[in-house]
Amino acid sequence: MRSPQAVIELRDLSFSYGAAPVLEAVSLQVAEGEFLGIIGPNAGGKSTLLKLILGLLEPQSGEIVVLGERPRAATRRLGYVPQYPGFPRDFPITVEQAVLLGCLGRRSRPGWLGALAPGALGKAERQAARRALEEVAAADLAGRRIGSLSGGQLQRVLLARALVSEPTVMLLDEPTASIDLRLESDIFDLLKQLNARMTILVVSHDVGFICSYVTQVACVNRTLVCHRTDVIDGQVIQDLYGEQVRMVAHRH
Amino acid sequence: MTAFFAALAEHEFLQSALIAGLLASIGCGVMGTYVVVKRIAFLAGGIAHSVLGGMGAALYFGSDPLGGALVAAVAAALLMGWVRLRWKAQEDTLIGALWAIGMAVGILFIAKTPGYQTDLMSYLFGNILLVPQASLWFMVALDALLLSIVGAYHRQFLAVVFDEELARLRGIPVTFFYLLLLVLVALTVVLLIRVVGLILVLALLTLPAAVAGHYVHSLGAMMLLATLLGSLVSTLGLALSYGPDLPVGPVIILLAGALYIVSALFTQSRARRRARASVVTAATGGKVVG
Repeated sequence: MRSPQAVIELRDLSFSYGAAPVLEAVSLQVAEGEFLGIIGPNAGGKSTLLKLILGLLEPQSGEIVVLGERPRAATRRLGYVPQYPGFPRDFPITVEQAVLLGCLGRRSRPGWLGALAPGALGKAERQAARRALEEVAAADLAGRRIGSLSGGQLQRVLLARALVSEPTVMLLDEPTASIDLRLESDIFDLLKQLNARMTILVVSHDVGFICSYVTQVACVNRTLVCHRTDVIDGQVIQDLYGEQVRMVAHRH
Repeated sequence: MTAFFAALAEHEFLQSALIAGLLASIGCGVMGTYVVVKRIAFLAGGIAHSVLGGMGAALYFGSDPLGGALVAAVAAALLMGWVRLRWKAQEDTLIGALWAIGMAVGILFIAKTPGYQTDLMSYLFGNILLVPQASLWFMVALDALLLSIVGAYHRQFLAVVFDEELARLRGIPVTFFYLLLLVLVALTVVLLIRVVGLILVLALLTLPAAVAGHYVHSLGAMMLLATLLGSLVSTLGLALSYGPDLPVGPVIILLAGALYIVSALFTQSRARRRARASVVTAATGGKVVG
């Protein structure tokens, strides 16, 4: 039987936007506490895979179980950092307000007051937003307008927005595509820390780089092949067998 | 101008007009902000114009044109919202078609309505001076409805206009709140028809909010400032048109348009000045030079 603590399970998943299939007969199991790197060529189906897990897309065939439920039912326990922000940069909103939107979907005040004004903000939510911003080292940005941030700062804020609801699983789509290398390792070091308390799935184009962080690599190009890099610690593997890991990831 | 204020104290119809302008400003400040940041001005224009279909039908069947406008506005909002969610690819064409079809239906009904047809111009361009007492209460009720719904669900609306994907992931029924938003925009359109008429509604809905967006950076502040600006232009429009006996609606719109152009030019030159200042500051090692 399957491992009982699998947080995400895909069985024979196929998906197509139009005539050409994007994903074909994809199966995958992600265990609790895993740090999964998803790599593959452009238009290979990486982002589509994440969107299927998030319940933003419906597969034509196959089955997805997330945290023991259908994706749509589990979505509030997932954190998502999209590749491109889904909002115009000139939108009149501060960093703090944007992060607070991440805790929507749970009632902020108990009882009739919460039912009467479900839009009202509780103290707990403001504290959660501050904690999330501190965790990504962006607490000083709280009062800034979202349009005034640099690419790296925006990426941290999007991460905080995903963190604020304390998700069980974090999914990130190319979180470092638009920022430079030094910031890239900052972000991945941060993800490594977060991995201590949540499962992480990250889409990346940089094969060699992510192998030093992740526990498992999934190569997606219409089909999916999974390579386990390590069962103990990604850093150990990097130190001992760094080159071999990269070769495994590239072959096929 | 002094003649206007003297007349204001004396004539009840001017007082009603002033109050109507202020009541309309609340609706256009709050909903106009959403229209501007969500960039659905074209859709709002479509709703406003297709309202004529409902007004024409109401006239033909001998009921209250404002009731017809209300029904038509809500129906148009739901139809256009549904079009946008379903056929994203041809959105602008379909909205344009509904816009024109609504007007055509209205004009046919009005043409076939027996009797004196002076009302058409006042629906198209509004006549704030003819607002009856009952309409003022209708406007108060609409404003109260708008404010209570937006007040209760402002975070849901913010999520839907800011980032639909995020809203969906947080379990918010995006389609419901998007359509509700459009229905509220439709109610605002009906609110504004008395003041500026259905052709000019779009300007009063978008311009005060757009000007507010030049200066403040949160939706709440934008709504407040847009309401104040709307009140300012509608009061000023009323006062300026009184002496030379001009139609009030177009004067209000021209004032709002002028305010927007001046503000846009000012904002642009301010941004250029700031960019230059920051380069100079960097070149002199952080010291600010006059």
